[in-house]
Amino acid sequence: MGRYITKRLLISIPLVLLISFVTFAFIHLSPLDPAEVVLHSQGVPKITEELIEQTKAELGMDQPFLTRYLRWAVSCLQLDFGKSYVNGKPVWSLLGPAFINTFKLTMVSAVSIVVLSIVLGVVCALKAGKMVDKSIRGASFFLTSMPSYWLAALMIWYFAVKLDWLPTSGMDSYKSYLLPVTVITINYAGIYFRIIRSSMLSNMNEDYVLYGRACGLPEKKITMHILRNSLQVAVSVFCMAIPIILGSTVVVENIFAWPGLGTLSVKSILSRDFPIIQAYVLVLAVAFILFNTISDIINAAMNPKVRNDL
Amino acid sequence: MNRLKYVLKDKVAALSLSIIAVTTVAGVFAPFIAPHDPEEVNMELQFAASSWEYLLGNDHLGRCMLSRLIYGIRPSMLWVFAALVLSVTIGSIVGFLAGYFRGKTDAFLMRVCDVMLSFPGYVMTLAVIGILGVGFENILLAFVLMKWAWFARIIRTSVMQYAESEYVKFSKAIGASHLKIMISHIIPVALPDIAVIASSSFGSMILQISGFSFLGLGIQAPQAEWGMMLNEAREVMFSRPELMLAPGLTIVIIVSAINYLADTLQVALDPQLMTSKNKQLGFETTSIAKLEGKGVA
Amino acid sequence: MNLLEVNHLKIWDSHTDRVIIPNSSFHVKQGSCLAIVGESGSGKSVTCRAIMRLNKVGIRQSGDILFKGENLSELSEKEMRKRRGKHLCMILQHGMRAFDPSCVVGVHLKETLAEHFGWSQGEIIARMKSAMENVMLKNPIEVMNKYPHQLSGGMLQRVMIALALVLEPDIIIADEPTTALDTISQFEVVEQFLQLREQMGCSMIFVSHDLGIVKLIADEVLVMKDGKIVENGTTRAIFTDPQHEYTRYLISTKQVLNQHYKKILGGVSFAER
Repeated sequence: MGRYITKRLLISIPLVLLISFVTFAFIHLSPLDPAEVVLHSQGVPKITEELIEQTKAELGMDQPFLTRYLRWAVSCLQLDFGKSYVNGKPVWSLLGPAFINTFKLTMVSAVSIVVLSIVLGVVCALKAGKMVDKSIRGASFFLTSMPSYWLAALMIWYFAVKLDWLPTSGMDSYKSYLLPVTVITINYAGIYFRIIRSSMLSNMNEDYVLYGRACGLPEKKITMHILRNSLQVAVSVFCMAIPIILGSTVVVENIFAWPGLGTLSVKSILSRDFPIIQAYVLVLAVAFILFNTISDIINAAMNPKVRNDL
Repeated sequence: MNRLKYVLKDKVAALSLSIIAVTTVAGVFAPFIAPHDPEEVNMELQFAASSWEYLLGNDHLGRCMLSRLIYGIRPSMLWVFAALVLSVTIGSIVGFLAGYFRGKTDAFLMRVCDVMLSFPGYVMTLAVIGILGVGFENILLAFVLMKWAWFARIIRTSVMQYAESEYVKFSKAIGASHLKIMISHIIPVALPDIAVIASSSFGSMILQISGFSFLGLGIQAPQAEWGMMLNEAREVMFSRPELMLAPGLTIVIIVSAINYLADTLQVALDPQLMTSKNKQLGFETTSIAKLEGKGVA
Repeated sequence: MNLLEVNHLKIWDSHTDRVIIPNSSFHVKQGSCLAIVGESGSGKSVTCRAIMRLNKVGIRQSGDILFKGENLSELSEKEMRKRRGKHLCMILQHGMRAFDPSCVVGVHLKETLAEHFGWSQGEIIARMKSAMENVMLKNPIEVMNKYPHQLSGGMLQRVMIALALVLEPDIIIADEPTTALDTISQFEVVEQFLQLREQMGCSMIFVSHDLGIVKLIADEVLVMKDGKIVENGTTRAIFTDPQHEYTRYLISTKQVLNQHYKKILGGVSFAER
C-alpha cells in the first residue's frame, strides 16, 4: 500500500508542474497588456508609453519568459502569488480565506450528497422497477434538468423572502448553509444516486450473488455484500465529486453572495485582476489533482485488485 | 432506421423530439415568428401582465417576453449546439487518431488530454473568460477548448474496441488503406457512440452556458438570452418573482427533453440494452457521461 | 429410488413471454450422476437454477420439482433457503466471479457454514482446512485469507468443491464447472469431482458440453437442444448407440478432441493407480 501511494504521488508531480506552466503561460495569451490593466485599475488619468514601460519593469515583465516563470513558480510554492492589480493586497490574503469558505461549503454539500445518494440509490435498486423507484428517478430527472441558479432564486424567494425562515445571502451562521447546500445537493445527487443504483443493479446480477444465494445465505447478508461492492464505486465517485463541486460552486456562490472562490473569481474577471485569476486557476487545479490522487488511493485501499495493477 | 422507430415508439421520446424540433425551427426563423422586436423598449408596458398582444407579458423595460424567449433560442440553444458539434468533431478526430493508430500518437494525444482534463471545467472556463474578457463568443470558445479532450477520451475507447475487431484486422490483412478502413468500417459503427455521448452532454452544456450568462460573464445586454433574462429578472426578484418563471421553465423543458431523448437514444443505439431486462442498466453510462460533463463543464 | 424428480418444468421470460424451457421432465437417482449436455444457450443453466429456484427476477417457472419426496416449488422462500447449500449445493462455472471480490474467500465459507451449522470460527476453519487439503489445495489457511483475484480459477473451483465436502449435501449441481479452465486445471478439477462422488456417495447433476468429461463422470446423460430434452439414457447407451441425430452430431464433433483428452486423462489416472 505504501508503495502504491508513493507511486501515485510521483505520477502527479509532473502534472502539477505542467499545469503551473500552462497557467502561467495563459495570462500571456491575453490581448491586453497587464501593465495597461494595472494602470487602468489604479485610475491613472493619462497612460503614456513611458508609464507603461515603467510599470512593466516594476512587474518584472521586461525579463525573459522562462526566468519569470521560474521566479513565479518558486514564489507560488511559498504561497506568494503576487499582489492584486486592483487594490494592491497580496493575492493569498484574498484567496486563502475565500478558499476556506468554498471548501467548507463543498465539504458540507459533499456529505449531504453522499448521504442522500446512498439512501436513494439503495432504495431504488432494492425496489427497482416499482413505483418508489420510478417516482424518485422521475423527480431527479427534472431536478437535474433545472438550472441551479433558477432553483436557487426560487428557493431564496420562497424560504428567505416569503417565509422569512432563512437568510438570503452571506455566511453568518449554520442557517446560511442550508439553501446553498440544498441547491448543490439537488444539482448533483440526481446524478450520483443513479450511479449507485446502477452499480447496485449490476452487482445484483453478479455470480457471487447467485453463489451466495445457492449456499443458502440470508438476503440480508447478500445485500450487505452487494452494498459493499457498490459502495466502492460510490466512494471513488464521491472523492472525484469533491474537486468538481469545489470548482463549480461559482454560480451558487454568486447567487447567495457566499464569500468564496466563486464570488472572488467572477469579481476578478470583471475587473481583469490577472494575478488573482492566475492563482485561482492554479490553486483549484492543484486541489483537483490532489483530490483525484486521494480518491485513487482510497479506491486502492478498498479494492485490492486496483492496488496490484499499478 | 429500426432504431429510430424504436425511439419514436416511446411517446415521451417522440414528444421530446418534437419539442426540440419546434424550438429549433422557432429559433432559426425567429424574426418571422416573434411577435415583436425583442429589444424594443416600451416603458409604458413595464411589468405588464400577459395580454393578447404580449402573450407572456413584459419585462422591466417593457420588452416583449415571448419575443425575447424566441430570440434567446439562438444563443442559448443553437449556438451551444454549434459549439458542441465543433468540440465533438475535434474530439472525434483526435479520438480516432489515438484509438486507431495507437502507439506513440496515442500516448502523446492522451497526455495532452490528461492535462486538459486535470483542470476542473468551470475553472478552465473562468480562466479563458478571464484572459479573453467577458463575452458570449469567449464562453463558447472556452467550452470548445475544454470539451474536446473529454470527447476524445471516450471516442478513443470506442474506436479502439472497433479497431481491434476481426473485420478490421481482416481488411488490414487484405491491404485496405487506413483511410478506407476508417471510413467504411470504423466511422459507421462508432457514430452511434458519438451520438450518445454528444447528446447526453448537450443538456448540461445548455445549463452551464446559460449559467455564465446569468453571472453576467456571457451575452451582454440588451441581447436576449435565457440566462441573461433570468439575470435581469433576479434584480426585481423580490417584487416581481413571476418574471423568473417563463425563462426558467423554458430551460427546464428544453433540457429535460434533450436529456430524455439522450437516454432513449442510448438505450436504442446499444443493442445489448434493447431487452427490457437490461434497460435500467443502460442509464449508467449516460449518467456518468453527465457527471463528467458537469465536471468538465 | 429417485432423489430428485422434475416434472413438466416450464420456464419463460415474463418480460418478453419467450419460453425458454417448454416442458422438461427428468429425474436423478440416489447416488448417481446425471450429466446435462448441449450447446450453450440450450437451457442447461436455466434448468439448474430452476431447481434451486434461483433464476433472475423476470424469469418464471412452473412444474413440480420433487426433492426427497418434497415439492420444492411449493416451499416458502424461507424453507427453500434452508435447503440451499445444506441439501442442494451448487458449483458455478466461473470460480473467479463466484466469490465476493472485495472479501477474502474465507468470509463466504464462514458465513455459509455458520448459517447452516452454527459452528464456531475455530471449528469452521478446522473443517474447511481438512476439506481443502482433501481437494489438493496446499496451504488452506493462506488460501482462505486471499482475495478471489489472487487465486486461479481452478483453485477457486476446488474451494467450492471443498465447501461442498463440508456441507455434505444430498445433491450437487455443478454448472459447467470445468468450462472456464485450462486443460490441466480441468483435469485436476474433474479428478476432485470423481473423488467427491466416491467419498460422499451423493447425487450429482453435472452440466457440461465437454463429452469427454461427461463420459468419465456421468451415469446417465440428458441431451438438450433449444430448451427441449432430445435424448435421455445411460452414459453407455448414449455414447455407443445415440438415437437422436443431434446426439450423434455432438458425439462425432467431439470425437477427435475426446480421444486426445482421454489419452492425457487416462494416462495420468493409470499412472496414479
